[in-house]
Amino acid sequence: MLSFTLRKLAALVGTMLGIAALTFLITNVAPGDPARLVAGPNATEDMVETIRVENGLDKPVAEQFVIYMGDLVRGDLGTSIVTTRPVLDELLRYAPATIELVLVAMTLGILVGVPLGMLSAVYRNSWFDHVTRIFSISGVAIPAFWFGILLQLLFAVKMGWLPVSGRLPLVALPPEPITHLLLVDSLLRGQFDTFWTALKHIILPAVVLSFPCLASILRVNRAEMIEVLSSDHVVAARAHGLSSRRIVALYALKNAMLPTLAMIGLRFGWMLGSTVLVETVFDWPGIGLYAVSSALASDFKPVIGVTLLIGFFFIVANTIVDLAYAWIDPRLRNA
Amino acid sequence: MTTSDLTTPVRLSFRERHESRIRQLRLYAHTFAGSFSSMLGLVLVLLFLALAAFGPWLAPYPEHTTGGFDMAARLQPPSATHWFGTDEMGSDILSRVIVGARTSLWIGLLITGIGAGIGVPLGIIAGYTGGWTRAAIMRFTELFLAVPGLALALAIVAALGPGITNCVIALAIVWWPGYVRLVEAKTLSVKEELFVESARSLGARTPWIMWHHILPNCWSPIIVKMSMDMGMAILAAASLGFIGLGARPPAPEWGAMISVARSYMPDWWWYSFFPGAAIFLTVLGFNLLGDGLRDILDPRSRER
Repeated sequence: MLSFTLRKLAALVGTMLGIAALTFLITNVAPGDPARLVAGPNATEDMVETIRVENGLDKPVAEQFVIYMGDLVRGDLGTSIVTTRPVLDELLRYAPATIELVLVAMTLGILVGVPLGMLSAVYRNSWFDHVTRIFSISGVAIPAFWFGILLQLLFAVKMGWLPVSGRLPLVALPPEPITHLLLVDSLLRGQFDTFWTALKHIILPAVVLSFPCLASILRVNRAEMIEVLSSDHVVAARAHGLSSRRIVALYALKNAMLPTLAMIGLRFGWMLGSTVLVETVFDWPGIGLYAVSSALASDFKPVIGVTLLIGFFFIVANTIVDLAYAWIDPRLRNA
Repeated sequence: MTTSDLTTPVRLSFRERHESRIRQLRLYAHTFAGSFSSMLGLVLVLLFLALAAFGPWLAPYPEHTTGGFDMAARLQPPSATHWFGTDEMGSDILSRVIVGARTSLWIGLLITGIGAGIGVPLGIIAGYTGGWTRAAIMRFTELFLAVPGLALALAIVAALGPGITNCVIALAIVWWPGYVRLVEAKTLSVKEELFVESARSLGARTPWIMWHHILPNCWSPIIVKMSMDMGMAILAAASLGFIGLGARPPAPEWGAMISVARSYMPDWWWYSFFPGAAIFLTVLGFNLLGDGLRDILDPRSRER
């Protein structure tokens, strides 16, 4: 298990360096002069030239690449043009909001998706199964931004049950940060009304973000359950007179969870990508909104920073899934 | 017919020559038609294609799709004259949604076409040749798959500058790796088959084997994926349009329409509701169609 873990960690570092090189490629293959973009439309030829030298854009591409990679390894992601602050600082400031949102959405997806998948496998071809099938196919097809707008209309505007957008209202006092996750911090500090406000704010974006994930978890879990339920050991358990509930919940679900776990890892990255949309709709102050507003302002460094960070989270999540897989099933350690 | 006819070839009719083919197609059609969700998908996709083909003639106010407006009738709710209501320029939303189908069709075709065009050959080469070529192609592919698609597309559009062409380029760059992985896996299993070995021992060249033996056996998963991807590519392009990096607002593109409509929420809800519903139904249609095609082309996965 140790050598497997070390190999996976080495692969993680390798992929991360690869992604860094990919972002460099994107930056440099794109047509247009980055120095002129930074300088703005009214800059003189001299100003553009100064910026070019300042940013090392006059050097050969190979040298620029070495400098770029060196900076990244040291944690230097450049400076945002709009805010003139280091991109890394801003990423650290915005990341907790996104992490909190994704964690809540993922929990929601698993807690709803797994039982629904299990039930539709047990009651296969019943009306329940048909309803969840439509539900899960819609989940993948529905545009996240449109779904978000519909939920805002219904639950925030019409019913007035939940806030339209944001993470906390301006008047609310955020808790002294410990983990930077509002829900956790407010509980730890004993600020229960802040917790309640934060919870109300996170519900709608988390539901929108979790819907496609929930749908895929449901489908995979259903398919696996159907296969496991017809396997020999389940038939044997039935023959021994074990109760149906015990077989499904204990023997079958455990075996069906492995592929479901893989789907969860895969969907995690997908979810990080869609934060770009969901955070825009709900004005959620995370890295997705940061990337979008920077991209609209032609501020390029923050966009690359967010891409790298999302890639990093995704690879880490996949490595964790791989390790969990190998831990559960020792046969995979030699793969 | 007498026995002396044995020397002259028997003239078979078209039906007789292709009998097994026809029988298989009829079986496919029968299985497909038996599934409600597959048929729903087919109907939705046909409806979408019809709108894309005949949109300009179907739209009740065709002049509103090319920049024409009617300020007297701005932001009107759905009514008998304007079924989907009107937008902030007084343009008929129904007309703009109908014409938007063509934009979406083009976007979907281009992205999946380029994606498959790059990904399928690379996948076959990687799977068939193996060794260093395979390692190099697969490592490069995995890099692209290591970053969530939408995030990577956002970075590429940000580098290229906003606009519908750049949006298509960015999504095509994000899309091809999926095909490489799919086709590579399929090629690995097909190349072990006896007919490939026989062809090789008869002296067939590698490109010939790839074209005549490997590719035809990879078609079904490719077709299924392309059908699903048509929907997902349209969704992704609409998402970039919504963010403000895809199609520019005056263009009748569904995502861009919602992007503008968002500032007219919640009082003028129909402005974002109908374009969004159009995206949803289109993507749903292609997904259901792909699902149905998989059921008939790859029966082992049925019940999944």
